Amino acid sequence: MRYLPLTDADRREMLATIGVRSIDDLFRDVPTSVRLPGPIAGLSSHMGEMEVERRLGRMAARNLAASDAPFFVGAGAYKHHVPASVDHLIQRGEFLTSYTPYQPEITQGTLQYLFEFQTQVTMLTGMEVANASMYDGSTGASEAVLMANRVTRRNKAVLSGGLHPHYRAVIETTARWQGFRVAGAPVDADGIEDLAALVDKEVSCVVVQNPSVFGHVRDLAPLAQACHAAGALLVVVVTEVVSLGLLTPPGDMGADIVVCEGQSLGVGLNFGGPYVGLFATREKLMRQMPGRLVGETVDADGKRGFVLTLSTREQHIRREKATSNICTNAGLCALAFTIHLTLLGERGFTRLAELNHATAVRAAERLARVPGVKVLNDSFFNEFTVMLPKPAAPVVEALAERRILAGVPVSRLLPHAPLCADLLLVAVTETVSDDDIEALAAGLEEVL
Amino acid sequence: MVQSTDLSQGRRAAATAPVAAVETFTGNRGLQLEERLIFEYAHADRSGVDLPEPPKVKDRLGGLRRRGAIGLPGLAEPQVVQHYTRLSQKNYAIDSGLYPLGSCTMKHNPRLNERMARLPGFGDVHPLQPQSTVQGAIELIGALAGWLTTLTGMPAVAMSPAAGAHGEMCGMMAIAAALAASGEGHRKTVLVPESAHGTNPATAAALGFSVKPIAATADGRVDVAALKAALGSDVAAIMLTNPNTCGLFERDIREVADAVRAAGAYFYCDGANYNAIVGRVRPGDLGIDCMHINLHKTFSTPHGGGGPGSGPVVLSARLAPYAPRPWVVRDDAGWRLAEEDGAAGDDQALGRLKAFHGQMGMFVRALAYMLSHGADGLRQVAEDAVLNANYVMARLKAELTPAFDGPCMHECLFDDDFLKDTGISTLDFAKAMIDEGYHPMTMYFPLVVHGAMLIEPTETQSKHALDEFCDTMLHLARKAKSGTAAEAFKAAPLLAPRRRLDETLAARKPILRWRPTNQGPGDGPLKQAAE
Repeated sequence: MRYLPLTDADRREMLATIGVRSIDDLFRDVPTSVRLPGPIAGLSSHMGEMEVERRLGRMAARNLAASDAPFFVGAGAYKHHVPASVDHLIQRGEFLTSYTPYQPEITQGTLQYLFEFQTQVTMLTGMEVANASMYDGSTGASEAVLMANRVTRRNKAVLSGGLHPHYRAVIETTARWQGFRVAGAPVDADGIEDLAALVDKEVSCVVVQNPSVFGHVRDLAPLAQACHAAGALLVVVVTEVVSLGLLTPPGDMGADIVVCEGQSLGVGLNFGGPYVGLFATREKLMRQMPGRLVGETVDADGKRGFVLTLSTREQHIRREKATSNICTNAGLCALAFTIHLTLLGERGFTRLAELNHATAVRAAERLARVPGVKVLNDSFFNEFTVMLPKPAAPVVEALAERRILAGVPVSRLLPHAPLCADLLLVAVTETVSDDDIEALAAGLEEVL
Repeated sequence: MVQSTDLSQGRRAAATAPVAAVETFTGNRGLQLEERLIFEYAHADRSGVDLPEPPKVKDRLGGLRRRGAIGLPGLAEPQVVQHYTRLSQKNYAIDSGLYPLGSCTMKHNPRLNERMARLPGFGDVHPLQPQSTVQGAIELIGALAGWLTTLTGMPAVAMSPAAGAHGEMCGMMAIAAALAASGEGHRKTVLVPESAHGTNPATAAALGFSVKPIAATADGRVDVAALKAALGSDVAAIMLTNPNTCGLFERDIREVADAVRAAGAYFYCDGANYNAIVGRVRPGDLGIDCMHINLHKTFSTPHGGGGPGSGPVVLSARLAPYAPRPWVVRDDAGWRLAEEDGAAGDDQALGRLKAFHGQMGMFVRALAYMLSHGADGLRQVAEDAVLNANYVMARLKAELTPAFDGPCMHECLFDDDFLKDTGISTLDFAKAMIDEGYHPMTMYFPLVVHGAMLIEPTETQSKHALDEFCDTMLHLARKAKSGTAAEAFKAAPLLAPRRRLDETLAARKPILRWRPTNQGPGDGPLKQAAE
């Protein structure tokens, strides 16, 4: 087997050195009743590379790739162009096949890029400190609520009706089993909710998404003031991190914790994972943060270097008193994110954001001219909601048959909200061409 | 059997100055290049990406256009490529050599798996595309789920957990849900052996359970008598790692399982060390209720500098109804993701743990690995992993002190008894390994062994590599015991990209981001720390 270097001669020699006769002697602590005599039935035998490629290639070929169709699907995961050098660099074995930098002397590469990543995240979000990543945006949002509960010593979270339903579901699952209360605002497809009215002295935080899952952009400063007046924290979720190239950052609007899904930069769609969560907060709340943190220090020669720090928050030190049970994060996706952002730089990133917005505005204007289609948004970044004259899910299916991936029917996310059945979320990134917009508009005219 | 490290085929070089004493103008040392932060050689006018001019439109940003610059550095593509290439060269990795980090299973990461994960049909599909357009992707999740349940002999698997610790959360939530459903919600104690990973007590505590530690016996296993005595009507579950963190198989696991079940509790098995028994033992035959599987350990998806991982959880029949959504279904219409509760009586699911459907990219890699090995090869994986660990233990016990007698499983554990009275600690020993070109083993874990050194060579190391490693370790141990080397050990490492780093300073005066006021390498942090 190509991954196993031991030869039979090696194995015999090694058993002799150990002083046992057979490999079974090394498994002698395993009760004989559960030792299997041979390979497990019902599974295939070993294969060469060609055969594995053939098998998996067949499965892959049964999927319609985003790049092979006019593509408008978003709702928390976005198709962006990733420069070739990103994937090349993250596949360097020194990055790909190392682990959490427990030995800083020989993992400065990982530690330095995470330090740079943390800095970039603070810049984008307008916050003071950021951690070295979370699993993804949704689990990061749930950790943000737990952190707000610790900070405020309260246990009730208010969730916006514009929060991605999957994020809401993840927070609700955490609430149910980790014991805090959730007050969910009604679904807010129009972007008009007033969350300040829900903030009282029991509330630890308000979780609001900007732009909302329906695409609306809101000034969160008044909500931040209402939260702070009541002693609660404002948690801002951003599922499209490219929007921060053009929009006022949450930190400037008074956010206390900002959580982003970072998938848009460097990571790719990957059918939903792995992605990368960004997590930023105020310096005064630093010691209540979950996840790994990288800090700057010096070595014995006085040279600058980086280490994992403040680990007294973490499970491997604090065990049952840890701030979170998280161990692994999303290191390699954080690397992809930071490389892509470094390639873009200030100029490239802001232009990418402009390009997304301008393309989306053109798409919205074109779709608004399709008979029966109404664009719900006054404001948006690169995703907006349209109301169709009939249920959106079958329309999306019909367009998929024409090889147009038209967007996400809101019913996919909210199956029990009948008022949303006709709503369609349409995401328009820099990868969308004028022809793609025309194909979507023409397709809609045909199937509606 | 110390082998010569002279591979010069007999040619001799003239003696030169000692390496450590050489000073260079740049601070670079040959191929080892110092590298600034991206922020320190950036220029706002540069970019490494060319994008078209955005079309002119009237913006619809609701008056929330950003004012002022973000502050991001600008670099051209060649600078970016050099920066990250230089950074990469400061990392030790499996690709560089033996990485014996116990409990982390640093085995070879096949590149075929990377290629498969990047097929457009897997890497370039959106989680919310119509399911009719991603039948092969859903099938892949179903196929991997099939391998996992068959290998473990368990009836169900939850695929969405993002990492091992997330899988623990999933499994323990399922247990909490099952207890609540059967009116046993008053069971609030979770038994956790002292040798457990830190994530076990952290997970249990996060879910509101109180954690009761169970002592280990002198032979490194859970004290079954103490466990049975603790199994009262307040106990929800036990969380037991098997093989355990001492690298030993819990011989009495069936007895433990029977006792746990008889007491009305659940058995959570931490599957971090499943690689030791994969293909040779089905955890389902041991009587467990659930177990997370770290795909990045046993099934070799890359560790990536600390993630992403993936932690599917196999479930017993009595926990299966409480799996999180979504799950994969195959019916007449084809493959389908059951994302939301629908039919009545179908509402026991514990909820959603994560947006979308799980770590698809890791699923593809893991399945490629499983197909490559097959059922026969995976069995060989466990055998070679165990053989390699026992071989290392057999060779090292000439100078080091094994923590326990008898064979180990996939990792071998030593205490620091052999360093007694040398003035050298486990940490010093580990740092000396760095100068010899090795990543140290796991240190000071498990907590039940003093100055623990946990060595996991994995099955993907050759005998030659193991012999070189053992020769090095034996040499270091003899040097440590010589009584004259304490200072040298304390000073190590001398040859790594950095010497020992001041972790106290880092924690006392945290600098977690670059700021424009920071100076260049060397003086910046000192100045800041003195503020």
